Amino acid sequence: MSSNAATSSTTHEHYYVPAQSRLPVWMAFGMFLTVFGAGNMMNDMSSGAQDSSSHWWFFAGALVFAVVLYNWFSKVIRENHAGLNSAQLKKSYVWGMGWFIFSEVMFFAAFFGALFYVRNYVGPWLGGEGDKGVTNYLYPGFEFTWPMLSNPDNALFQAPEAVIHAFGLPLINTIILIASSITLTVAHHALRAGHRKQLNIWLGITVALGVIFLFFQAEEYIEAYQHLGLTLESGIYGSTFFMLTGFHGAHVTIGTFMLAVQLVRSIRGHFKAEDHFGFEASAWYWHFVDVVWLCLFVLVYWI
Amino acid sequence: MTTATHDHDHDHEHHGPAKGLTRWLYTTNHKDIGTMYLWFSFAMFLLGGTFAMVIRAELFQPGLQLVQPEFFNQMTTMHGLIMVFGAVMPAFVGLANWMIPMMVGAPDMALPRMNNLSFWILPFAFAMLTSTLFMEGGGPNFGWTFYAPLSTTYAPPSVTFFIFAVHIMGASSIMGAINIVATILNMRAPGMTLMKMPLFVWTWLITAYLLIAVMPVLAGVVTMMLMDIHFGTAFFNAAGGGSPVLFQHIFWFFGHPEVYIMILPAFGIVSAIIPAFARKRLFGYSSMVYATASIAFLSFIVWAHHMFTVGIPFLGEAFFMWATMLIAVPTGVKVFNWVTTMFRGSMTFETPMLFAICFVVLFTIGGFSGLMLAVAPADFQYHDTYFVVAHFHYVLVPGAVFSIMAGVYYWLPKWSGKMYNETLGKVHFWLSFVGVNVLFFPQHFLGLAGMPRRIPDYALQFADFNMVSSIGGFLFGASQLLFLYIVVHTIVAGKPAPAKPWEGAEGLEWTVDSPAPYHTFSTPPRID
Repeated sequence: MSSNAATSSTTHEHYYVPAQSRLPVWMAFGMFLTVFGAGNMMNDMSSGAQDSSSHWWFFAGALVFAVVLYNWFSKVIRENHAGLNSAQLKKSYVWGMGWFIFSEVMFFAAFFGALFYVRNYVGPWLGGEGDKGVTNYLYPGFEFTWPMLSNPDNALFQAPEAVIHAFGLPLINTIILIASSITLTVAHHALRAGHRKQLNIWLGITVALGVIFLFFQAEEYIEAYQHLGLTLESGIYGSTFFMLTGFHGAHVTIGTFMLAVQLVRSIRGHFKAEDHFGFEASAWYWHFVDVVWLCLFVLVYWI
Repeated sequence: MTTATHDHDHDHEHHGPAKGLTRWLYTTNHKDIGTMYLWFSFAMFLLGGTFAMVIRAELFQPGLQLVQPEFFNQMTTMHGLIMVFGAVMPAFVGLANWMIPMMVGAPDMALPRMNNLSFWILPFAFAMLTSTLFMEGGGPNFGWTFYAPLSTTYAPPSVTFFIFAVHIMGASSIMGAINIVATILNMRAPGMTLMKMPLFVWTWLITAYLLIAVMPVLAGVVTMMLMDIHFGTAFFNAAGGGSPVLFQHIFWFFGHPEVYIMILPAFGIVSAIIPAFARKRLFGYSSMVYATASIAFLSFIVWAHHMFTVGIPFLGEAFFMWATMLIAVPTGVKVFNWVTTMFRGSMTFETPMLFAICFVVLFTIGGFSGLMLAVAPADFQYHDTYFVVAHFHYVLVPGAVFSIMAGVYYWLPKWSGKMYNETLGKVHFWLSFVGVNVLFFPQHFLGLAGMPRRIPDYALQFADFNMVSSIGGFLFGASQLLFLYIVVHTIVAGKPAPAKPWEGAEGLEWTVDSPAPYHTFSTPPRID
């Protein structure tokens, strides 16, 4: 079987079950070190501890995680190049990526749900609306507006002076991300048509657009923190704003990195016109991040 | 590099398990991983059980005897967390790992390396979680539901590690669930259509979907806690425009599907065992599938029935009450089908069957008390009393845990190639059965009489039932040591088991040898 693994991949009978691997247990160890270090770092930060070494635990964990991740993906790519992956196995990867993205959707759903609940229930109730108006006694005189430029207790949570307007940087960023989804699709078509040079150019443009998006997002955060007083600590508007846009930004970072890796692979001659799941998976992820942004633009910035 | 991968492939084809510790550390074999999940789950079952013994010992008499209230709170919290995330869920994943590839005629799980990662996260996560008990300020003390602001403003510093432990065990669950979905949807033998799958496979497919849908929501809510604690956000703080009730909404949006995650696979196990020992086909197979799917759907729209007393609007109370009561319909379909499967069957009562029948009866009791709790006006009386404790322990212990034990007795001959001692198995069943009822039934009365949950001391009128409950608890706890003995004795010194030890059993797993060869179905069987 092993001598003709390449042919068996086309006859479907043989589903490649990898032999023993050191990767998973090291990955688990790396994850543990990372979160153990992160936990210590945060506890030290909040208690004001000095001379903490906890960040070294965190960095060591992140390093282990990154090294294992690199090796893991390299191995999967090598296996595919060696012809070990049957059509059925490739389908497993497709299912895996699809359901992973669904889980990410649900992660964002938790934060969008929080935003919805705060705007439609908590805020009005705190402001004295409805038969729960009794809660207005908690913070007398509090009037609910959105964006919240005055908090129930402005001594504990200093409210922002203003918030980011939708039709400034966020609109530019919307255009950038939509454009990046289009350029990525053009790149995909080039890949399927076998035009390597065009693929590299359009994929490169997509990565660049991702980086520009992140640059503008950073500009926006600096503006919010330095000029508007809009911070994580400025009440629930700041909390939902930064958590939603922040997690989205983190996902754009991951997505840009994924696409950059695909670009490197493409330049090195990976991918065939009919077999390029690494590219496709990254593209799905990018479109998912794009859709999340559209929801953010409408629900967080605009209305 | 190409040769390296070829060599690995070669290894895989011609050798059994590797020797020594690295077999378990580096394995990609679904049977090895299933075994590790099951042993890990049992270890956590004993740890969580030990915490429960501390609770029952303290509650044996009124007054404070053994532990301080602070420590008592840590015990109730850790008992719940360990049992839910460490014992019940990994046990079902272990059973899924062992059985699903064999049941659908697949050579292994779809993504074998990720499978091993899913497992190995757990020992790290639970080591970190358990270590919080030894940290300054003690471990989590806010109940397994970790309501804010108890878990944020008033939490001990160790809550940070609790949050990160939940994060990584959630990652483990999501990866495990993705693996199971990919295996079921992609790896079935030719001819095994969806509606020919064993019900255990069906229930796990739906459970995996629930896991992928709600574990990220749990990750989201603990992330909000983390931000509130360390970075000054106001999600659960009304002073900044947030709300502690927001926590409860998000938590229970995860939490209610979570309780079905802990019971749907149990339905699958029982649906395999009852037909085998009644020597009849399962009654109403397709209605079982649709009932499972209906329960899963409903689980997403009932979450606020845990929150009737927090002051949600009247319309909300009504909606969540009716939606909750609807769940009784598909659940009733299931119970009806199990009973009808047994009706006029040639029944025998080996240990797995005893546990399975007990499951049907006692789970139904737990279901009925759930129906009582669903009635919003009545729930104002029951809320946060021992009645709730009795209810969910009836569905989780003689429900989920008994189904796991039934599954272990049923498939142990297949796993180990040895037969367990039937007499000892029956002794274990009867001790557990008596123990569990003496333990939890009086708690209904305590709750109805008004005893609140999560307290280390209580008024004198609750003394007798508490003592009875504790005695039942000690009996139940001790019987599980017998379970450990039976399983170890079977593996070490059991009599050899045939490929199909149960006359009426059906399914692909019984077509392979006992013990199941290290690799099964390298080429898929044909299903007609």
